[in-house]
Amino acid sequence: MTTADVALGAGPRDAHGSPDGENYLNCSKGLKSWLFTLDHKRIGVMYLVATLSAFLMGGIFALLVRFEHLTPGRTFMDADSYNQAFTLHGAIMVFLFIIPAIPAAFGNFIMPIMLGAKDVAFPRLNLASFYFWVAGAIFLVSSILISAPDTGWTFYTPYSSSTTTSVIPALFGVFILGFSSIFTGLNFIVTIHKLRPKEMGWFKMPLFLWGLYATAVIQVLATPVLAITLLLLTVERAFGVGIFDAALGGDPVLFQHFFWFYSHPAVYIMILPAMGIISELIATYSHKHIFSYHFIAYSSIAIALFGFLVWGHHLFTSGQSSLVSMVFSAITFSVAIPSAVKVFNWLFTLYKGSIELKTPMWYALIFIWVFSIGGLTGVFLGALSLDIHLHDTYFVVAHFHYTMFGGTVMALLGGLHHWWPKMFGRMYNEKLAQFATLLVFVGFNLTFFTQFIMGSLGMPRRYWAYPDEFAIYHVLSTAGSVIMAAGFFLTAGYLLRSLTNGKKAPMNPCGGATLEWEAASPPVHYNFDGDAPKVGDPYDFDRVIYDPDTDSYHHEPLPS
Amino acid sequence: MVPFLGGASGWQASLLAGAAKTFWMPEQRSTFASDVDALFYGVLWICVFFFLLIVAMAAFFIVKYRRTDARPRAEKSSHHNTTLEVVWSVVPLIIVLWIFVVGFRGFMDLRVAPQGAYEIGVTAEKWNWTFTYPNGYEDSNLHVPLGKPVKLIMSSRDVIHSFFVPDFRVKFDIVPGRYSTVWFEATQTGQSPIYCTEYCGTSHSNMLATAIVHEPGEFDSWLAAAANWMEGLSPTEAGEILYTKKGCVQCHSTDGSVGVGPSFRGSFGNTRAFADGSSTVMDENYIRESILNPTAKVVVGFDPVMPTFQGRFDDDELAATIAYIKSLK
Ligand code: HEC
Ligand SMILES: [Cu+2]
Ligand SMILES: [Cu+2]
Repeated sequence: MTTADVALGAGPRDAHGSPDGENYLNCSKGLKSWLFTLDHKRIGVMYLVATLSAFLMGGIFALLVRFEHLTPGRTFMDADSYNQAFTLHGAIMVFLFIIPAIPAAFGNFIMPIMLGAKDVAFPRLNLASFYFWVAGAIFLVSSILISAPDTGWTFYTPYSSSTTTSVIPALFGVFILGFSSIFTGLNFIVTIHKLRPKEMGWFKMPLFLWGLYATAVIQVLATPVLAITLLLLTVERAFGVGIFDAALGGDPVLFQHFFWFYSHPAVYIMILPAMGIISELIATYSHKHIFSYHFIAYSSIAIALFGFLVWGHHLFTSGQSSLVSMVFSAITFSVAIPSAVKVFNWLFTLYKGSIELKTPMWYALIFIWVFSIGGLTGVFLGALSLDIHLHDTYFVVAHFHYTMFGGTVMALLGGLHHWWPKMFGRMYNEKLAQFATLLVFVGFNLTFFTQFIMGSLGMPRRYWAYPDEFAIYHVLSTAGSVIMAAGFFLTAGYLLRSLTNGKKAPMNPCGGATLEWEAASPPVHYNFDGDAPKVGDPYDFDRVIYDPDTDSYHHEPLPS
Repeated sequence: MVPFLGGASGWQASLLAGAAKTFWMPEQRSTFASDVDALFYGVLWICVFFFLLIVAMAAFFIVKYRRTDARPRAEKSSHHNTTLEVVWSVVPLIIVLWIFVVGFRGFMDLRVAPQGAYEIGVTAEKWNWTFTYPNGYEDSNLHVPLGKPVKLIMSSRDVIHSFFVPDFRVKFDIVPGRYSTVWFEATQTGQSPIYCTEYCGTSHSNMLATAIVHEPGEFDSWLAAAANWMEGLSPTEAGEILYTKKGCVQCHSTDGSVGVGPSFRGSFGNTRAFADGSSTVMDENYIRESILNPTAKVVVGFDPVMPTFQGRFDDDELAATIAYIKSLK
């Protein structure tokens, strides 16, 4: 028995915190116990597996696109296949992976435990949201089998209402996925409002929860607009009702307004929970209170709200009035401020900390690197006269990969390594993990930084063939993508191996101060054995004491 | 091209030569370019400064406060500082406001064409460009005089396209059902690529043209000669030029390979079978009808995607095109 067990005063436990070795993974057996589970942790794990499979599929399409670009003309695909490949890459990555991944996988698993709750507010709705994801994924992916859409993930009209590919099944898939997203958002809002323990006021919440909360608000408010837009497009395609198609008397730019009214806030659905993870990682691995908690929390809400008012920056070249463009440009710049504030606050959390460079911390630092580049290049695009030149070139492609892929995926990988011992009760190989991190970092920057250069030189996006002068950048970019892919496969390898061969994880291997680190690794079915421990300040690391015997940490109990 | 490569040429050579003449941003060939680039480099250096600041701070803290022992020892320090928060909110805010103002002013310059600009019509369709000059002459490339403001009045026949000349720093979407405009003033003679930058389907990346800048006097004589281009050519020769110029080349090959539409090679005099079950022999009238009213008879195995050329061919041009197709045995 360790000091932690004594301190908690609970019944007999093993070194990993669970009584008699029972946990959420082994408390019931069989496929059915998973498929019909209402346990948020199991649903979180199913989401993790599902969204990472989507990541793999989207990644394969990305590699196809990159390999096609090894030569300026045809490399191995014809133009139509290329157009389908980049459409599927975008649609799968955005709708099946980045939007749901962090909230639905980590939010589901971690949030109720952070709250000391037994589950989310509506466990059945939670399971329904997962099956809506599955149904949406089936429609979206089945469109590949019929004849994959070639519209780009943006589905711009009138191209999307006139192409002969199977746009309708894909749209229907995205429509259903929207419901999955709305259900998750609703569930999280209610959970955070209603299931917080008495002692946890709004400003005593871990910042990850603030990120999830801001995200959930956007999911609930913005997604219906996407659903309606897709429905209108389906009606136009199927029945020839003129809504967006000029030939039928509709307005093609209206579609772009509707689309970005959802899809710009969606960018924040991707990044806000990622920022939440980064706040947890930086504080934990610096073993120090987060700097300026209130500013970080408020900036999440500010980003969520401002995020609704900037969609027009995607339409600077579309012919919207110059006055409208001016207003959108101004508001766009104002969103830059709360993001910058976060970065500086993370940096100052490092100051006088006790920085431990474990894999999750490396990912947090990589996040700061790539997100800074992504954010700063957004400043170019927000400036009207520069956007005219840079719009729809590889500069934009690089910018949104630095923010969406660099931002969200680096945070996701950081969170995955941070919570892996908690979720599965096993430690992974730290050395291999750091090597894989290096591969991902080098590969990522090589892949996408070259795209900034060719974009500024005028290389348009969504081009199957390209002028010879851009070959050097495309070849380097493809080389980067191979290095990055190697990093991801290595990561998958050592993580999966740890499930059977890894050392058993202690309750709190990383010194986290939030409640999930006072639960067993992996947690028991109802998260805590009996009542959850009393919560204190989520960033009070003075209470988190290192224990050399077990190379892990325990919490000093709070005075009652 | 690259001396040390000896015989190597084409894109492999440019791969090794390091492609462009500039690292960021293409050559400056219009009056906008210097303003746009000044902002670009201004923002670039501001970003480089902030990025280096962030990285340097992170690196310094990591080295200085790195945990050396298994046991964490964080020093006591305050976890809030309002002055700092205000400084790092307000300083970036002032900087981005400046960028906003400069960007907006540049944008208004780009959007508002001066009075009396030389007007050229632009028609975009899958997947080619047609430039119509004031005297009615049509060309698949954009010819402009040096040092004179040129305004393009653009429209689309099908989906959204976007007109982009990197060397001029201009771009604007061409949305079906409305006119959009772009203006610029070229500052150097020579050629610059024109791209379509709004995704428009199969041959989006081949929807290219060239902007050719002439000396002002030379431009007028070029235009006069170009307008009479059919003079002195046989109908077959003229038809061959029309085949590219009117965009037939995007869908019809002359070497027998099937593209979006059937190949012209050896088609004349053959029997065509149609989707509705009927058939006919390809003769002059059938070609004429195919050009003016393409959906009247749709060849089996193809989609009815050929646009109508009604009003875009005069009788001489029709005759020339027919002669050309006939000649492709
Ligand atoms: C967008 C692609 C496209 C363009 C551009 C296009 N066509 Fe076609 N064309 C087709 C398709 C597809 C068919 C076959 C279906 C049909 O009969 O409508 C066709 C059929 C034809 C036929 C009948 C061919 C046969 O073998 O029976 C002729 C003649 C023809 N086109 C001439 C032209 C000419 C001349 C031009 C240029 C002025 C042109 N087309 C431009 C797509 C195109
Ligand atoms: Cu946006
Ligand atoms: Cu195009």
